[in-house]
Amino acid sequence: MKRQRWLFPIVLLTVALMGAACGKDDSPAVGGDTTATTTAKPSFAADTTMAKLQAKGKIVVGTKFDQPGLGQKNPLTNKVEGFDPEIAKIIAAGIFGGTPASAADKIEFKETTSPNRELFIENGTVDIVVATYTINDARKQRIDFAGPYYVAHQDIMVKADDNSIKSVADLAGKRVCSVRNSTPAGRIRTMVPDADLQEFDTYTLCKEELLNGRTDAVTTDDAILLGFASENPTALKVVGNQFSTEPYGIGLSRGDDAFRTFVNDLLEKSYGDGQWKAAFDATLGKSGVQAPTPPPVDRYTSAGPATTTTAATGDTTTTEAATTTTTAPATTSTTG
Amino acid sequence: MSVVLDNLDQYLLGMRDTVVLTVLSFALAFLVGVVVAGFRVSPVVPLRAVGAFYVNTVRNTPLVLLLFLFYFGFPKVGLNFAAFTWAIVVLTLYTGAFVAETVRAGINSVSRGQGEAARAVGLSFPQTLGVVVLPQAVRTVIQPLGSIFIALIRNSALVTVISVANLSKTADHISTETAIFVPVYLGVAVAYLLLTVPSGFAVGVLERRFAIKR
Repeated sequence: MKRQRWLFPIVLLTVALMGAACGKDDSPAVGGDTTATTTAKPSFAADTTMAKLQAKGKIVVGTKFDQPGLGQKNPLTNKVEGFDPEIAKIIAAGIFGGTPASAADKIEFKETTSPNRELFIENGTVDIVVATYTINDARKQRIDFAGPYYVAHQDIMVKADDNSIKSVADLAGKRVCSVRNSTPAGRIRTMVPDADLQEFDTYTLCKEELLNGRTDAVTTDDAILLGFASENPTALKVVGNQFSTEPYGIGLSRGDDAFRTFVNDLLEKSYGDGQWKAAFDATLGKSGVQAPTPPPVDRYTSAGPATTTTAATGDTTTTEAATTTTTAPATTSTTG
Repeated sequence: MSVVLDNLDQYLLGMRDTVVLTVLSFALAFLVGVVVAGFRVSPVVPLRAVGAFYVNTVRNTPLVLLLFLFYFGFPKVGLNFAAFTWAIVVLTLYTGAFVAETVRAGINSVSRGQGEAARAVGLSFPQTLGVVVLPQAVRTVIQPLGSIFIALIRNSALVTVISVANLSKTADHISTETAIFVPVYLGVAVAYLLLTVPSGFAVGVLERRFAIKR
């Protein structure tokens, strides 16, 4: 053993070098062919989030990396592609100027999963979250939403040869897969208590479960399911029983009303000038679906800024106070 | 903290699930560990190699990775068990590697003369190990085995990733439904302490009762 002592520093060095070589992935994502008019760099009042982001020179956007058509990291190009990243580019263009395609290099995409989105916003890990993020009252206690910019519906995906599940009621006694701590999982628990609910961290794992035959159905928003089904149309199909309304919003810090109004204005502008439709056509629209009419943005009154600076205590006090006044549990979503 | 009291029944169910997972896996891991420790001190080279390979691969791999690999990998080759079964299998294999090394340390602490004397009176190697060496070895390592047991209680929280019910998954459910985060998880921390701290005391009692007085 003694003779191998020289090995240790070498191993240590190798590991250190590998760490340095891999580094942080901050390669900018460049968008599809979103057409838009070039705008000059806008100016903002000091102390606004927009001004701070402009000064920082980049915006950190939380999105999903595993959802075809919506937000997926392309393993070949290492770029994040989908409808959500396209929306993020529209917002980046509003802050930094230029077109959505040219503003893409101001965006640093960070992967968020359904369970960690509120925490990432509260901790400042990301500036905004554009990640198939359903607007609901429980989440509004911790963060605020701009939008909605899209309305999805919860649906069911089964194996292509399975005709036993046609609606949500048929899930009773069946194995159903969804993501941990997500709205769809909570809704199944309330609507079909008899279903055997399996929960994983990503929908990709649920799809694996379905293909492995260890679950009978995957349930979440139709947009996500259509993405998976269009990747593998011979094995998977979407039932087409829309049993909820999921308005997707852009998550940002609670109480930052100026920033929220700004993002809402940008969304409305993109509805009018064709940027929104271009974003849809370049991503979800590729499956052959016509771009729907974009939903009106909801300029609700925020519950106000988080009361304390530390996430832990602020979270405790605000959410407890809030739940006493909120009648709707987390599993019912608000319609946009 | 009223959210904890309101959901006390769920917490208790979660504690039950965690106890079932831990006790079952530890019992199996103890058997695996003793057998593998036997392999690692045996005079048969292939057995030693198998033991060393098992310990070095399993003990040096993250538990969460093993859970994923077993649960999602084995169905590809036709082994399709329920998630609970895989949870027990993986927790057993993982903990077994630590038990094996601990028991091996215990075996090495038994003085050489004991084994030589046993062989001299005509016991075979398995008999020597089973009747003379192991009973002494295990008694000296009660405390580290207790630490492994307590680690297993905490490690069992990871089976959440393959959707197996346990105490920390309970907390996930309660916090999603109530949108209350910190108090719910503080409650879970207390629930884990209610399991781990008494386990620590129990190990102390066992040690005082069975340890060899030298």
